[in-house]
Amino acid sequence: MSAARPDDDPTGHSYDWALLRRLLVYLRPYRGAVALSFLLIIVLSGLDLTGPYLTKIAIDRHIAHGNLAGLTPLALLFVGVLCVAFVVRFGQAYVLQMTGQRVMRDMRGQIFGHLQRLHVGYFDRNPVGRLVTRATTDVDAINELFTSGLVTVFGDLFSLFGIMAVMLAMNVRLALVTFSVIPFFFAVTIWFRRGARTSFREVRRWLARISAFLQEHLSGMSVVQLFGREESTQADFAAVNRGHADSNLQQIFFYAVFYPAIELLAAIAIALILVYGGGRVFVGALTIGALVAFLQYSERFWRPISDLSEKFNVLQAAMAAAERIFLLLDTRPQIESVSSPRRLPETSAPLLFEDVSFAYDGSYDVLRQVSFSLEPGRTLAFVGATGAGKTTIISLLTRFYDVTRGRITYDGVDLRDLDLAAWRSSLAIVLQDPHLFSGTIASNIRLGSDISDERVRAAAAAVHADSFIRTLPHGYETEVMERGATLSVGQKQLIAFARAMAHDPRILVLDEATSSIDTETEALIQDALRVLRHGRSAIVIAHRLSTIRDADEILVLHKGRIRERGRHEELLAQHGLYWRLYQLQYQDQEHGVAGAAVASAGPV
Amino acid sequence: MARGLAFLVVTALLASASPWVLRLAVDDLTLTLTRQKLWTYALAIVALVAGEGLFRYGTRMTLIGVSREIEYELREDIFRHLCRLAPAYYHTHRIGDLMSRATNDLAAVRMVLGPGIMYSANTAATFVTALALMAAISPRLLAASLLPLLAVAWLVRRFGRSIHDRSEQVQAQLAHLSALVQENLAGARVVRAYVQEAAEQGHFQTANEEYMHRSRRLIVLVGGLQPMIITMLSLGAVLVLWLGGRMVAAHAITLGGFVAFTVYLGMLHWPTIAIGWVTNIVERGEASMGRCLELLDAPVGIADSSAAPVSEVQGAVEFRGLSFAYAGGPVVLQGIDLSVPAGTSVAVVGPTGSGKSTLVGLLPRLHDPAPASLFIDGHDVRDLPLTTLRRSIGYVPQEAFLFSNTLRANIAFGVLDPPAELGRVEWSAEAAQLAGDVREFPDGYETPIGERGITLSGGQKQRAALARALVRDPRILILDDALAAVDAQTEERILANLKALALGRTTFIVSHRVSAVRWADLIVVLRAGRIVERGRHDELILAGGYYADLHRRQLLEEEMAEA
Repeated sequence: MSAARPDDDPTGHSYDWALLRRLLVYLRPYRGAVALSFLLIIVLSGLDLTGPYLTKIAIDRHIAHGNLAGLTPLALLFVGVLCVAFVVRFGQAYVLQMTGQRVMRDMRGQIFGHLQRLHVGYFDRNPVGRLVTRATTDVDAINELFTSGLVTVFGDLFSLFGIMAVMLAMNVRLALVTFSVIPFFFAVTIWFRRGARTSFREVRRWLARISAFLQEHLSGMSVVQLFGREESTQADFAAVNRGHADSNLQQIFFYAVFYPAIELLAAIAIALILVYGGGRVFVGALTIGALVAFLQYSERFWRPISDLSEKFNVLQAAMAAAERIFLLLDTRPQIESVSSPRRLPETSAPLLFEDVSFAYDGSYDVLRQVSFSLEPGRTLAFVGATGAGKTTIISLLTRFYDVTRGRITYDGVDLRDLDLAAWRSSLAIVLQDPHLFSGTIASNIRLGSDISDERVRAAAAAVHADSFIRTLPHGYETEVMERGATLSVGQKQLIAFARAMAHDPRILVLDEATSSIDTETEALIQDALRVLRHGRSAIVIAHRLSTIRDADEILVLHKGRIRERGRHEELLAQHGLYWRLYQLQYQDQEHGVAGAAVASAGPV
Repeated sequence: MARGLAFLVVTALLASASPWVLRLAVDDLTLTLTRQKLWTYALAIVALVAGEGLFRYGTRMTLIGVSREIEYELREDIFRHLCRLAPAYYHTHRIGDLMSRATNDLAAVRMVLGPGIMYSANTAATFVTALALMAAISPRLLAASLLPLLAVAWLVRRFGRSIHDRSEQVQAQLAHLSALVQENLAGARVVRAYVQEAAEQGHFQTANEEYMHRSRRLIVLVGGLQPMIITMLSLGAVLVLWLGGRMVAAHAITLGGFVAFTVYLGMLHWPTIAIGWVTNIVERGEASMGRCLELLDAPVGIADSSAAPVSEVQGAVEFRGLSFAYAGGPVVLQGIDLSVPAGTSVAVVGPTGSGKSTLVGLLPRLHDPAPASLFIDGHDVRDLPLTTLRRSIGYVPQEAFLFSNTLRANIAFGVLDPPAELGRVEWSAEAAQLAGDVREFPDGYETPIGERGITLSGGQKQRAALARALVRDPRILILDDALAAVDAQTEERILANLKALALGRTTFIVSHRVSAVRWADLIVVLRAGRIVERGRHDELILAGGYYADLHRRQLLEEEMAEA
């Protein structure tokens, strides 16, 4: 297989076989279907061979001698063969294609499942778009391997050898004479495949350039117009457009030569059969029927030959896709439950950050020796400028990341020794930009958890979301469009609150939205927050004055360290960082001045 | 085109001739044969097919070639029109959609013009010649064999459409699957935090099964159509074998005629399939052509009207009671009165969405003001020739848009005739405080930037865009919040420079930063589309309004940063 690799692919993977073997594992559950498909393709190749042979019999036994008695049964037999071939052809295609679909489904499911286990940090480094490709386009490329690759290669070889065998059986010498054109078929086909492939790539390259040019210049059209560059831009586009047209003309050439060349070869085969076979007929060594059958068989050479040469391209693409998929599947999740996790205590317990430091990239510490404790039922508020490390605290608490140094404990047990799912279930987080999934309002509150409709409604009512949800066209069953584009930020926040409420956590973790929200919704949100915090521990990253005021303790983070701590009045009296932050961020709300500075503080 | 069609007719004639030779050969086999005759027949066939191939080559090269040329021309037309459409058009049309018209839709149109025409003509020519010769052999046999052919044409047409519909459904579900993965990964934190991994997997699996289900519906059709075509055509062959065989036995036709007839029948297979295929691509091509025409017919929006004979702009700007709203939108600017003498500087500040960018965007007519509300040098801006107007303005937009080209080409983008010399490019880069960075780049000014080159930081991009505007030596310089991503110290240096550069130019600066605007001759504060404060820096500080508040806030921020 590797010997046949096109030479314009210099990388030459020596592990193609290993990849192939690993891919074949996916066929194991469907080996019955695969075996059936192999069987059917053999039967089909056999059936396809009978046509010219039946014609031979019809001519030799009946038509040439005017003996019509057996012609009708023979024609009926022919029709029978065709009907069987129809069923087999359809069955073969169906079984094979569906097996491919099942394998794709399994692979997609496996890839998606693996993505669910991977740690959050993995997505920081790998663009979402590329990961989506793994589960879609790459899997499709592998499907090609299964459906039009392995089995059909076998089928093509089988029919090619089948034709040759039948011809040999009919007349060895005439068969050998006819075979002399086969190498030329191969040569022409290989020439065409190579040329067409190169020119096809060229066409695609130019098409990509056209797209890139359009994308860029349509986005920047106002710049083009402002600087009066319309004409020179058109000239640039004409060059790309011309390149595309020329590469297409180049491609036409290969097709324009290929089809006539194949026909010419077929004609030469016919001529050879006529000259040599005709002579044999003349001396009585060959029947006319056999001659006609030879003519018909010789036309069937080129399809399997042409198909075979195409398969190697499919194989290449599939291998490249498989490599990328396996690379993803081989990435080990960095954050997992330990094998024998400790149990969570029955009742609420204190949460402790002990000298916690953290660096995303292993070098620069975003948090430096942060220590604090959260007693059951109390509220801690974090404040600080953009980039102070507030959001990182949430990420560590939820174990999106694990601490670099120090430790976080709950009831004295290191978080890393607790069961991951059980720990996360005891938290409820509300993020700055509440993420809504496509689905209904109710399904966004419930998520995938087993929560009754009553509880969904009760939770929504408790956080004051019920009244606005009822005004939506279908109430709780209203579809959320495009991640909630039609909902206001405040409404999305209330839905996220209802989600947290419905999941009844021990610890509430809240990253308040920075964006300005109309005063009415703002009042609802603040009251909802009081309800949510009732009887729970809470960690709040605060941007709102009223949230901070009644917090049990406020921690001021600056450049990764806790610089000040205390209650609101105490900190204000210090006239330090908190006081300045207060002036900057929180005063506006008190005066009701929605300001640009709040927005410019931005998400962390 | 005509030549291509002529080639095609010759091809069809030659193609129909070789089975006739075969007929003669087979007939001779049963009667009188000489080795010499056999050679003659064989060579005749090869020669005929070679000739046919030559003309087939010519046909394809001409007809498909022409369609590629037409595609080229059409795409030129579309892009030329796109270059003339005003920014408002781009606000209401997604770029992806416009691109799809200039590529996919055009390709569908091309399919009609190229393969569509070629295969239609081929079908017509082949049918006429082959049918005539088949009729010459036996009209009765011909009548019988046409039935399966008609059935095949109908099948392809009927199934082709369903296959198209179902494959669109499969594609839609694939898009849905992608969206699911995309959404799940974007919400990875929520999924983890609420321990929804298993539920999400279940969700995905449902969509995954649906995809398989839809694929099954497609497979049944595609998997069914091909065997049906093959079976139909083969049934035709059996029919000819059975009926033709009887006719040979009855000496109604010769054995050679019978063999030739089967070959002709085979020749009709592909043209028959093409009938159904072509009707489908014509249908799709029509819809695509409609979308292309819609784009070509879109009114240009902003163009020269009865242009005043002005070839030079001095830069005196006056807004007279100007109000503005984007098409169908709310009022963005209201009752703006502002007179800016040539060579002075105006700063515009105000909260997000107060209309600052809209205000300065009216000057180069990115959008058109109402008649008699904006004047430059005393002329209504709508009466100035568009090229003269825009040539005299150096505009630095909010989002510094650069092209994937060399840095030099990007800066020199500002002047076309005569092209900017390197010295001038260097001077502008120096003025925009970019020259220092350029010395660090691998190839200096020849360094490619963007996707195939180095990635510039936000601040570098903005400075490059500033250089691009400065290289024009414009009468009116507009900075639309153009230094937001530049760090404070560099901004300080640019501004120091700018004060010198702005001398003698009318300058508009939109900014959020007090430090960027304090030196302006006039500062105006926009709120909700109205001018609410105006004056010099010191005057506005004393007035104690929005501007004073902004000033105080920024002082605090600076303090915080130093803490």
